[in-house]
Amino acid sequence: MIHIDLIDQPIDVAAALQTVEDDGAGAINTFIGTVRNKSTGRPVVRLEYEAYDSMALHQLRKVAEQAQQQWPMLRKVTVIHRKGTLNIGDVAVVVAVSTPHRAESFAACQYIIDTLKQVVTIWKKEFYEDGDVWVAAHP
Amino acid sequence: MNLKIALFGIAREIVGQSTLELAAPEGQSVQELLARLHQEYPALTRLSSLAVAVNNEYAADDAPLHERDEIALIPPVSGG
Repeated sequence: MIHIDLIDQPIDVAAALQTVEDDGAGAINTFIGTVRNKSTGRPVVRLEYEAYDSMALHQLRKVAEQAQQQWPMLRKVTVIHRKGTLNIGDVAVVVAVSTPHRAESFAACQYIIDTLKQVVTIWKKEFYEDGDVWVAAHP
Repeated sequence: MNLKIALFGIAREIVGQSTLELAAPEGQSVQELLARLHQEYPALTRLSSLAVAVNNEYAADDAPLHERDEIALIPPVSGG
């Protein structure tokens, strides 16, 4: 079962974890991405996430489906991404998976967050005291 | 045909608007559209990458575009 969301309100991490609970699972693995106060040594004040919503939701679902194909024992997958303005320490993304045994839960969780970063249409702008930058935009 | 292109992130800032409407020859390819946009907005050529999405999927360079397609310019993504 796959649960995908893209929201402009704080992510309820406990509620997200509950969505992957499963009686057949002996492992729940979670990745929580949070807003760091520095980027390449430069103090960050806040972030803004912009999304192409329809494509981001579609691509997130595809990434979760690919994980299910690669690890057919996956019971449940939840991916929730935040958009809008985020402050230091805020949760930007939660990936949670449940599997019968732990090894696949680590692998699937890592695959999902790594692939999300490559393909999902979400853009992050970092704001500093003296300027702002679209992350990864330029070589 | 008329194409409507959605712009996001730095591509939106470079072009200065969130959608672009262009008249294009029937069957214009993704590559042709990109070449045209690169010429009109040279700052786009300095990005690490610039993809085109058609109907919520990344499109191949030689894919033909159609008037009813939902087209978007996709600068380097940075979610997570």
